[in-house]
Amino acid sequence: MAESQIENFTLNFGPQHPAAHGVLRLVLEMDGEVVERADPHIGLLHRGTEKLIEYKTYLQAVPYFDRLDYVAPMSQEHAFALAVERLLGITAPPRAQYIRVLFAEISRILNHILNITTMALDVGAMTPLLWGFEEREKLMEFYERVSGARLHAAYFRPGGVHLDMPAGLAEDILVFCDRFGPHIDDVEELLTGNRIFKQRTVDIGVVAAKDAVDWGFTGPMLRGSGIAWDLRKAQPYDVYAAMRFDVPVGKTSDCYARYLVRMEEMRQSLRIIRQAIAEMPEGPVMVPNNKIAPPSRSEMKHSMEALIHHFKLYTEGYHVPAGEVYAAVEAPKGEFGVYVVADGTNRPYRCKIRAPGFPHLQALDFMCKGHMLADVVAVIGSLDIVFGEIDR
Amino acid sequence: MDPQQQKYLDALRELGEYIRNLLGGDVLRVEVAIGELTVTVKGESIARVLAHLRDDSNCCLNQLIDICGVDYPERENRFDVVYHLLSLRQNHRVRIKVEVGEGVPVPSVTGVFSAAGWFERETWDLYGILFSEHPDLRRILTDYGFEGHPMRKDFPLTGYVEVRYDDAQKRVVYEPVKLTQEFRTFDFLSPWEGAEAARAAMAPPPGETTTEPEGKS
Repeated sequence: MAESQIENFTLNFGPQHPAAHGVLRLVLEMDGEVVERADPHIGLLHRGTEKLIEYKTYLQAVPYFDRLDYVAPMSQEHAFALAVERLLGITAPPRAQYIRVLFAEISRILNHILNITTMALDVGAMTPLLWGFEEREKLMEFYERVSGARLHAAYFRPGGVHLDMPAGLAEDILVFCDRFGPHIDDVEELLTGNRIFKQRTVDIGVVAAKDAVDWGFTGPMLRGSGIAWDLRKAQPYDVYAAMRFDVPVGKTSDCYARYLVRMEEMRQSLRIIRQAIAEMPEGPVMVPNNKIAPPSRSEMKHSMEALIHHFKLYTEGYHVPAGEVYAAVEAPKGEFGVYVVADGTNRPYRCKIRAPGFPHLQALDFMCKGHMLADVVAVIGSLDIVFGEIDR
Repeated sequence: MDPQQQKYLDALRELGEYIRNLLGGDVLRVEVAIGELTVTVKGESIARVLAHLRDDSNCCLNQLIDICGVDYPERENRFDVVYHLLSLRQNHRVRIKVEVGEGVPVPSVTGVFSAAGWFERETWDLYGILFSEHPDLRRILTDYGFEGHPMRKDFPLTGYVEVRYDDAQKRVVYEPVKLTQEFRTFDFLSPWEGAEAARAAMAPPPGETTTEPEGKS
């Protein structure tokens, strides 16, 4: 028999594929059913956010952060608000800090519901998705009640939050918390012990702790590899230092461990939400400084000075003293950081957005090597990628 | 100033001095501002510097968080390459900076941190900063066949080309940007006192100029 030449088969995956979680184009080099090399092509959703922010005032830049990781919009705003506050040398009032923590945790649940259920869908379980999205809708209603928008909230502003919570919202969030706990149990009952789910995720995409650090993993990806690192504990911002919660850590470093970590994080988020509501003080939600925060509507009706402040804030904006700062928050996906270089004018000179998904997706090649094609889907699901933040 | 923050700042300054001694001639500047430590080093030694900082037990900067470029067109070495490092063990962050001129390559740090690969590709794509010995220095965020480096300050916000689907040719075509309305950029800068005066009015004790992040005790 003549010697035959065997060549690797190149497979194009995406950019329009339901399991690609957005516009991921993946070029896979296959040896039969085994992945030899995975080359993600990103940038199909690149909108030039960083460039646009350089041409906007600090306040106008806030809504761009909603459009990064549109699954958990307020977590992104949080990082930007902290960065600008640090440059301005101001701190948000206590009530604003509690509201921010409350909504950052709601964002975390929003994100984890989406990730866990779509990952389950990718590996064959449809029901969690249908159940989960109903709950997500309730959470987005809370977003709407507090900011007027379901997704693009623009609620966390430098100096605090835009408006106080409407009456009755805290009680409704508590009612949601009571119902959502058993709901997590239901989803867990479907997935955690499920034979098919375990076959698809256990021992798939194993990342040793050393590699996870080397590849720049953060958030559940790092904790899934057994490293107890959470910025909310390690470098607390706002009132996280006063919050009582545990940091779940995975043992097996595979897709299943990352799923378990996210599940437990939702329960811990519920604890934080309950505590934040219980301990939330009364008071202003924005710094009492009309050079940074707009005056109230009623004040504008009879005070000339307030009217001038309003006009100046929404045209010129405020000047931020020169300097540079890197502010990071523990976003649901990992460390979301904003590096702002200010030059003393009303616009950022440079605003670099450090998205957690970017290094995670980079490691896809490393994680998929030697796995079967079907496992790539499970690994992508466990990476928790959203292209809004990766492509920026 | 609150004693805890003072302690934190002192620790940061101490770390800065320690890094200066550790790296010797590679360090150009060490500064602590707004509660963050920035070390400017020589461009050609960046890979060695990062390996040193990662392996030293006191620094233990074992995670590369980010690499990005900053463009200052009026400067002789127009670009800054900024590396953000984090120590998971010591719980501190250090910013390493390299100044580099146009067309001058910076040694790649992919050999030190695997995470550097895409960050350097992004910096090359958006700023045109070359990284020598990078295994795969392709464009990453911009379109296939894109020309220019969009984050440079001399690159217009509107870009040079736009795409649309051409029904006659049955494909996407590239055309020079046509703006129906002239691009307007509003210069709102005025001598209004702004935040500076507000800060002066709000600052509790006079004489404090540096500010620190809350938390991080």
